[in-house]
Amino acid sequence: MTEKLVIIGNGMAPGRMLEHLFEQAPGRYQVTIFNAEPRVNYDRIMLSPVLSGEKAFEEIIIHGDGWYIANGITLYKGHKIVAIDRTAKTVTSDHGVTEPYDKLVIATGSVPFIIPVPGHDLPGVLTYRDLDDVQAMLLAAQSRAKAVVIGGGLLGLEAAAGLNSQGMDVTVLHVMPTLMERQLDPAAGYLLQRAVEQRGIKVITKANTQAITGKGKVEQVELADGTIIPATLVVMAVGIRPNAALAKDAGIAVNRGIVVDAGMRSNDPDIYALGECAEVNGQVYGLVAPLYEMARVAASQLAGNEAAAFVHMDTPTKLKVTGIELFSLGDFAEGEDRQEIVLRDAAAGIYKRLVLRDDRIIGTVLYGETADGAWFNDLKKKQTDISEMRDTLIFGQSYQGGASLDPMAAVAALPDDAEICGCNGVCKGKITGAITAKSLTSLDDVRAHTKASASCGSCTGLVEKLMVLTIGDKYNPAAVQPMCGCTTLGHDEVRRLIKAKGLKTIPAVMQELEWTTSCGCAKCRPALNYYLVCDWPDEYADDYQSRFINERVHANIQKDGTYSVVPRMWGGVTNAAELRAIADVVDKFEIPMVKVTGGQRIDMLGIRKEDLPAVWADLGQAGFVSGHAYAKGLRTVKTCVGSDWCRFGTQDSTGFGVRIEKFMWGSWTPAKVKMAVSGCPRNCAEATCKDVGVICVDSGYEIHFAGAAGLDIKGTEVLGLVKTEDEALEHIVALTQMYREQGRYLERIYKWAKRIGIAEIKRQIMDDGEKRKAYFDRFVFSQKFAQVDPWSERVSGKDKHEFRPMASVGFAQAAE
Amino acid sequence: MMNWISIGTLSDIPRRGARCVATPQGKIAVFRTADDQVFAIEDHCPHKGGPLSQGIVHGAAVTCPLHNWVISLETGKALGADEGAVRTIPVRIEGERLFIALEALASRAA
Repeated sequence: MTEKLVIIGNGMAPGRMLEHLFEQAPGRYQVTIFNAEPRVNYDRIMLSPVLSGEKAFEEIIIHGDGWYIANGITLYKGHKIVAIDRTAKTVTSDHGVTEPYDKLVIATGSVPFIIPVPGHDLPGVLTYRDLDDVQAMLLAAQSRAKAVVIGGGLLGLEAAAGLNSQGMDVTVLHVMPTLMERQLDPAAGYLLQRAVEQRGIKVITKANTQAITGKGKVEQVELADGTIIPATLVVMAVGIRPNAALAKDAGIAVNRGIVVDAGMRSNDPDIYALGECAEVNGQVYGLVAPLYEMARVAASQLAGNEAAAFVHMDTPTKLKVTGIELFSLGDFAEGEDRQEIVLRDAAAGIYKRLVLRDDRIIGTVLYGETADGAWFNDLKKKQTDISEMRDTLIFGQSYQGGASLDPMAAVAALPDDAEICGCNGVCKGKITGAITAKSLTSLDDVRAHTKASASCGSCTGLVEKLMVLTIGDKYNPAAVQPMCGCTTLGHDEVRRLIKAKGLKTIPAVMQELEWTTSCGCAKCRPALNYYLVCDWPDEYADDYQSRFINERVHANIQKDGTYSVVPRMWGGVTNAAELRAIADVVDKFEIPMVKVTGGQRIDMLGIRKEDLPAVWADLGQAGFVSGHAYAKGLRTVKTCVGSDWCRFGTQDSTGFGVRIEKFMWGSWTPAKVKMAVSGCPRNCAEATCKDVGVICVDSGYEIHFAGAAGLDIKGTEVLGLVKTEDEALEHIVALTQMYREQGRYLERIYKWAKRIGIAEIKRQIMDDGEKRKAYFDRFVFSQKFAQVDPWSERVSGKDKHEFRPMASVGFAQAAE
Repeated sequence: MMNWISIGTLSDIPRRGARCVATPQGKIAVFRTADDQVFAIEDHCPHKGGPLSQGIVHGAAVTCPLHNWVISLETGKALGADEGAVRTIPVRIEGERLFIALEALASRAA
């Protein structure tokens, strides 16, 4: 039976806890969250970039509404819990909602500390804690008037920098002699003050605020020494304290914060606390890394692992003000048993200080250049004896042991617990250990056994270097990679032999090319199916069971097994009737999420598989066809409004985009193909990062290709300039066909182009008219068999077994 | 005693494909291989709960559509480097007709 888990607070710590919990004990708890803030979970650390205007709120959301729906979480937004009844095991919100719990997690965070000076409650006095504070500050900043920030710590300085970049005249008041004295020694504090002042922010240290005064609102701040500073906005950022009042009222043990054991459990065994409101071993925490550690521990405990325990760790501090590099870690007070190493470079504005005890690092302050922070942190954590490298230690890792910056040496120098794959959290030792223990010799093996480089792949280079370091010549990346474990042949060889031997079915390929498995695998079958569809468009019968599920049911599978549906909107153009039809479908099928995609169309998410044919039937009535958002094929052609509307438009970019999409839809390609047409070089359709893009100019159409804006980011290459729309279409179609015939399955255009060479592609498409025409004709021929709307086919009954259960058994039958 | 329940016929399932059977304890995926063997397993990947019935069937194994784990249809165990297993459900073929044993299901609910 599922247990009821109630969480008070919806910040980063409980959000992370739930992620761990759903992974470790899926379905065990029915989760209800009460959030005093009227919104979803967001990254509070990133409020400073929102204040400075570098990010929008939407960019810092961690869990959108869809995540709560997908995990079956009831989220009460804007509900503040006012009472916990530990006898009845219920909580009650200020709106009168009472919810029972089996387990309760208190994550009420912290409240800003307000200095109780006269006038602290005047309108215009704010704290810096949540999005409401940031929005109030942004509103106040529109006046471009004077602001005072009380507090020269991390938060105060970030607030000051944000308000300054919003155009306000800012003064920082700090009660101590130097800024950030808890994290920085006086020398670094001085350098920081100078950098802050260079931005036009005034800093007054040893400033003792006596009163905030004004008639009905803030007008000025008065200091003990009589100084008066005019201000229309005062931000108090002098510190936070754990928000434990609710727990205290309920009779739970509270010291500075809610007292919990190393398992995050309070003195009531059914009540846990984590985040800034919790106190473990007499310590409260305010930085994200230990809070996430608490989340991990609490999730394990809730999942039944009672051994999970929180261990204290020092966390480095970094200031999030663009242009100021600052890093501090550990203990850096002076003392008799301590030595220090200091490096100052006044001209470059660099200050570094290491505090040592018994030849081990115990504290670090870096200012101006912080790249070695992680390395120093590692040495400190491991208690490494640094006496051997003492003379060069302060210069950083690259100066150790001969000082070459050879990337191979840098990888070799990494400690075993250095993280290599961020996506899957795999460290160096795990990878080298697996390579040795299991005698791995290929990248695929390493991926299978460790998951390193198996997600986004951006660490592939590092993993390959580790393979060379570990097994030397036995790793040969230049050798042809076989298509999969079923054959020794590579993709290019297989494609060549399919044509040369006239192989026209998957069994024929496997037989003739001596596949080692009876019917292939999930890697080779979809690839072979594509090669055969491409090479024999009129003769080959598509093998439905060799397609990935998305291409089999013409929708995108989501993590919960539901599907998303994206109808085609030619060139991103729509109208009232289409939008009305979509709205009706959303209502009728109770579709939980509707989202505008990056490709200028509308995505409906969370549709049950059984409902797909009925959804398509309704969409089809309104004239929609499949958008192939699931396909290794033509996806979207994004357009701007062009010469029809735009005062800068040089050609009809919208019309041309629609024409390309209508000409090319339905075609299968090695990997997805996204296109765009911009009506002028201002490039509002962002054509220069697409697989194929067009920039319209007065003299014609500039055709681009081989851009990328995903795992890799890459501007397009220019194929060439043509005069007319007809010519542009012919060139684009020919280019696509060349890619279709040569690309390896799942290889995007930019990777194919890099392999073939841009010059060769230009030669065949731009310079060789005969070749271009032949490519174009083959594409047109292939389209005769490809341009069939898969949705209407299925509405009229094709593959209907796919969308229905075979049987329902074991249910109590009410009628019998 | 095994409680064999009829779920349909062999031809209801495409070769190298799968269909689902709904039960009160969740979905069961019933697979038919290229050589007409039939297997039934829980429709729930041991990794992240992906619907195995939607995967690509090759030999006597299926690849999960979410993150490409390969699950043996015979044993329910993950193949290759991954570790985990799903429950297998007994299947009987009588001529064209297919039956699964529900006893096994009831015992899990108990």
